[in-house]
Amino acid sequence: MAGAASTFRGTAKPVERPGAWIGRWLLIALALLFLGMFIVLPLVIVFAEAFRQGWMVYLAALTEPDALSAIWLTLLTAAIVVPCNLIFGLLAAWAIAKFEFRGKSFLVTLIDLPFSVSPVISGLVFVLLFGLQGWFGPWLREHDLKIVFAVPGIVLATMFVTFPFVARELIPMMQEQGTTEEEAAISLGASGWQTFWRVTLPNVRWALLYGVLLCNARAMGEFGAVSVVSGHVRGLTNTMPLHVEILYNEYNFVAAFAVASLLALLAIVTLVAKTVLEWRLSRDIKHKAG
Amino acid sequence: MQIEIAGVSRQFGNFLALRSVDLTIGSGELVALLGPSGSGKTTLLRLIAGLDRPDAGDIRFDGVSTAQRPAGERNVGFVFQHYALFRHMTVFENIAFGLRVRPRKERPSEAEIRRRVEELLNLVQLEWLADRMPSQLSGGQRQRIALARALAIEPRVLLLDEPFGALDAKVRKELRRWLRRLHEQLNTTSVFVTHDQEEALELADRVVVMDRGRIEQVDKPVQLYRNPRTPFVSRFLGDVNEIDCNIIAGRPVVSGLDTTALGTVHLPNGPAKLYVRPHDIAISGKSDGAGLVRFVSPIGAVVRSEVELPDGRLIEVMQLHDHFELRPLQPGDRVALSARRGQVFSVTP
Repeated sequence: MAGAASTFRGTAKPVERPGAWIGRWLLIALALLFLGMFIVLPLVIVFAEAFRQGWMVYLAALTEPDALSAIWLTLLTAAIVVPCNLIFGLLAAWAIAKFEFRGKSFLVTLIDLPFSVSPVISGLVFVLLFGLQGWFGPWLREHDLKIVFAVPGIVLATMFVTFPFVARELIPMMQEQGTTEEEAAISLGASGWQTFWRVTLPNVRWALLYGVLLCNARAMGEFGAVSVVSGHVRGLTNTMPLHVEILYNEYNFVAAFAVASLLALLAIVTLVAKTVLEWRLSRDIKHKAG
Repeated sequence: MQIEIAGVSRQFGNFLALRSVDLTIGSGELVALLGPSGSGKTTLLRLIAGLDRPDAGDIRFDGVSTAQRPAGERNVGFVFQHYALFRHMTVFENIAFGLRVRPRKERPSEAEIRRRVEELLNLVQLEWLADRMPSQLSGGQRQRIALARALAIEPRVLLLDEPFGALDAKVRKELRRWLRRLHEQLNTTSVFVTHDQEEALELADRVVVMDRGRIEQVDKPVQLYRNPRTPFVSRFLGDVNEIDCNIIAGRPVVSGLDTTALGTVHLPNGPAKLYVRPHDIAISGKSDGAGLVRFVSPIGAVVRSEVELPDGRLIEVMQLHDHFELRPLQPGDRVALSARRGQVFSVTP
C-alpha cells in the first residue's frame, strides 16, 4: 500500500518526455504571435498612423471644432448615461438580490435584453418610437421636441445599450453575500436607509466601480445604436466613434487615427483600472472566504 | 424581560415550520431550543427577533404584543449562526454600529461610544483585536465579537442561533463555559438554538425540545433526561434502547428483561414500546440467564456491552468499570438483565 501511495505521489509531477519542450515553446510562441497580431499590432498602428505627420498635425486634428464637438458630445453622453445606469443598475440589483417577488426571473431576463439584441436594432427601436413617422412622432412634433437625430436620442440609445453592465456585475455578488448582514444591521436598530448606505453599498463598492467602468467604456465607444439615431450632423450629433468613421471615409486618415487614438487611450486606461479593481475584488472575496 | 409566545404558527409554502406553539420564557432565564434540523427552532428564534412575522398567534414582551414592533425597535440582540459581522468594518466599528445608527438625539458622543466599545471588548476578552477586520479573526473570536456587537445596544433579550455550530469541539467547550459565566454576570433573558443535546443540557436553565414544528417537552435538563415524556424526546436525548413490549395488567413484559422496578403504567393491554437508557440496565452473570453477551468494550469512561435477548434483539448496556472488574464479562457469557428506570409509551401510528 505504502509503495503504491508513493508511486502515485511520484506521478503527480509530470515526467517529461524528451523533446516535450519543443511542443511547449511552440504553443507559447503561437499564443504570443496571436496576441501580437490581434491586440498589440492594431493598437500600435492606431498611434503610428495618428502621429505619422508629427505632433502639430495630431493636435490640430484634435482641436479642430468638429472634433472638439464630437469629444464634448461623447463626454456629455457618458456624463448623463453613467450616473443614470449606476442608480438604476444598483436599484435593480438590490431588488433582485435581496428580495423575493413574483416575476423576478423575468426582470433578470429583461435586464439582459440590451446585450442580446444587436445595437443597430436598439437604435432602430428608438427611431420607430420617437422618429417623425414613429409612435410618438406626431405628438413630439406638436410640442416641438426633437429626440431622434438629436442629442436626447443619442443619450437614450446609449443608456439602453449600456444598461446591463452595472446590474450584471452586482447581482451575483449581492446574491452571494445574502441578507444576514442586513438583518444584523436591522436588528441593531438601523433603518432601511442606514442599512443600505452603511452595509449593502460598502459591501459591493468594488464590484459597483467595476460595473461603472465597463459601462463608461461602452458608453463612450458605442457605435451601432448611436449611428442609427444620430443622423451624423457634424458639429452637432457626432460622437467620437462616428467622427472617426466620417473622417476615415473622407480619406482623412491622420485625423481619423488621431481621434481614434483618444478612444484607444480610454481603452488602455479602462484596462488598467479594471485590473486594479479586479485585484481589489478578488481580495474582498478572499476576505469573505477567510 | 419575560417572553410569551401564544399560538404562533408559521408556514413557508407548503411547509409548516411552526404549528401553534405556546411557550413562556421567564425573565433572566437561559433557555435552549433543541431539535433536529427542520424542527422550527430557528424560525421561532427569528420570530422573536422580529426578522420574520408569524402567520398566526402573538409574541408578547412583558405582556406587550410585538405585532406592530419592527425588529429594530424590539431591543433584541441577535447573534447569527455564521456571525454576519460587517465584513468591511473593523472589529471596533462592528461593535459600535448599534450605537452609531441611533437617532441623533439618542446617539452617544464619540468618547462615550469609544468607552462602551472598549468595555465590551474587555468583556469578551478581545481588546487587542479592535483594529482588525473580521476576516482576520478565528471562528471563536468572530463569535465573541458578534456577541459583543449584539450586547452593545443593551438588549433586553439575547438570541443566539446555533452559537457554537461552526466551531471545533475544543473551542466549543471553552465558549460554552464562557457563555454560561457571561449569562450569570449579565442576567439578560437569553434564548439559544442548538441541535446538540449535550450543549442544551449543559448550558440551559430550561430546554425546549422541538420536532416538526411542535414543542415536544419543556423542562429542566435533569427532568428532561430522566423523565422524557414522548418517544421523540427519549430518542433525541442521549442513547436509549427502544424495546417492543407487551402490556399485561399494567406491566410492561419483555422476555429476558426484568421490569418489576418500573412499576405499573396506565396503558391498556397490548403492544407498547419501552425506552431504557443503557446505564439504567443492571446486568449480572448467571448460568441460566436469558441474555447472551455478544460484545464487550471496556474502552472509555464506562464499559459498554451488547446483550442478545431470546428473541434475537440486541440491548446496549453500560456499567461502571468498578462493577465490571468485580465480575468481568466476556462474549458468550449468559446474563440476567433488569431495568432500573425507563418509560413506556403506547405504539401510536
